[in-house]
Amino acid sequence: MKLTELSEILNAQCVTGEIPEEVEVFTACGSDMMSDVLTISQQKDVLLTGMVNPQVVKTADMLDVRCIVFVRDKKPDEAIIALARERGIVLLCTSERMFESCGRLYAAGLSEKGGRP
Amino acid sequence: MTGPSPKDSLHLHYVVEGDNFTAAGEASSNVKRILKQVGLPPEIVRKVSIAMYEGEINMVIHANGGEIDVDVSPREVCMVLRDRGPGIPDVKKAMQEGYSTAPDSIRSLGFGAGMGLPNMKKYTDSLEIETALGVGTTVRMTVKVQPQGSN
Repeated sequence: MKLTELSEILNAQCVTGEIPEEVEVFTACGSDMMSDVLTISQQKDVLLTGMVNPQVVKTADMLDVRCIVFVRDKKPDEAIIALARERGIVLLCTSERMFESCGRLYAAGLSEKGGRP
Repeated sequence: MTGPSPKDSLHLHYVVEGDNFTAAGEASSNVKRILKQVGLPPEIVRKVSIAMYEGEINMVIHANGGEIDVDVSPREVCMVLRDRGPGIPDVKKAMQEGYSTAPDSIRSLGFGAGMGLPNMKKYTDSLEIETALGVGTTVRMTVKVQPQGSN
C-alpha cells in the first residue's frame, strides 16, 4: 500500500513534511517497547507505537523502517522530527489507538509478513 | 572513513558517552551507514547494526558509556565493546530473556525488557562476554560476512 493511503486510513498527519508519493509499504509491527521491536528479525516497513522519544527513531533506523506512526495522539517534538528527517524516516501522527490502527491497516492488507510482489 | 572499498579491511573506533540516554545509538548509526557504503549485504548490515545498537544502549544504561572498536573485513565484522562499569554479577542470568536490572526511568522509554544480551546473541555468529565486578565488561561479537565453509 502507498504511504499516502495508509495515512488516509488512519486520518494521520505527517509531521516530517509531504508524504513521499512513491513510497510503498508492505509490512508493519506495533509496540511501545523498543526492546521488543529490536527482536523482530524480518524487515518491517512501518512501526506503530505510542512511545515518543528519539530512541524510537533510532530503533526504527536500525531496522530500516520507512515510516513511524505515533498512535493515541502522541506528538514528537522538533528534535525527534529533525532526527527522522535526517534518517529519511516519515513520521505520521494519528489520534486512533494502537488496536484500532493496527486493525485498520491489517484489514487493508498490511501484515507482519507482508505480501511483497 | 570516506569511500572505503568492500575489499579493504576497515577499523572504526567510537567513544560512547554515558550520561545521555537519548543521545545513545550514534556509533551504531554511523557503523550502519559505513557498512552500507562499502556494499555489505543488507542482511549483514542489519545484524551488525541491531547487535551493536543493543550493546551501545547497554553501555549507556549500565556502565556510564565506554568504547567500541569495529573491524570490518571481507570475511567478517567484529565488534568489541569495552566499558569500565560495575560488571555483570551473573552472566548466565543476564543472558536469560526477560531478566533485566534496568531502572524504571529506562523502562519508561521503551527499553530494559531484558532482551538486550539474548538479542545480541541472536543476531551474531559469536558472542563472548568477559566481565569483572567493579572493573568492567568487554563484549566481543562477530557477524560472518561470507557463508560458513567458504573462503
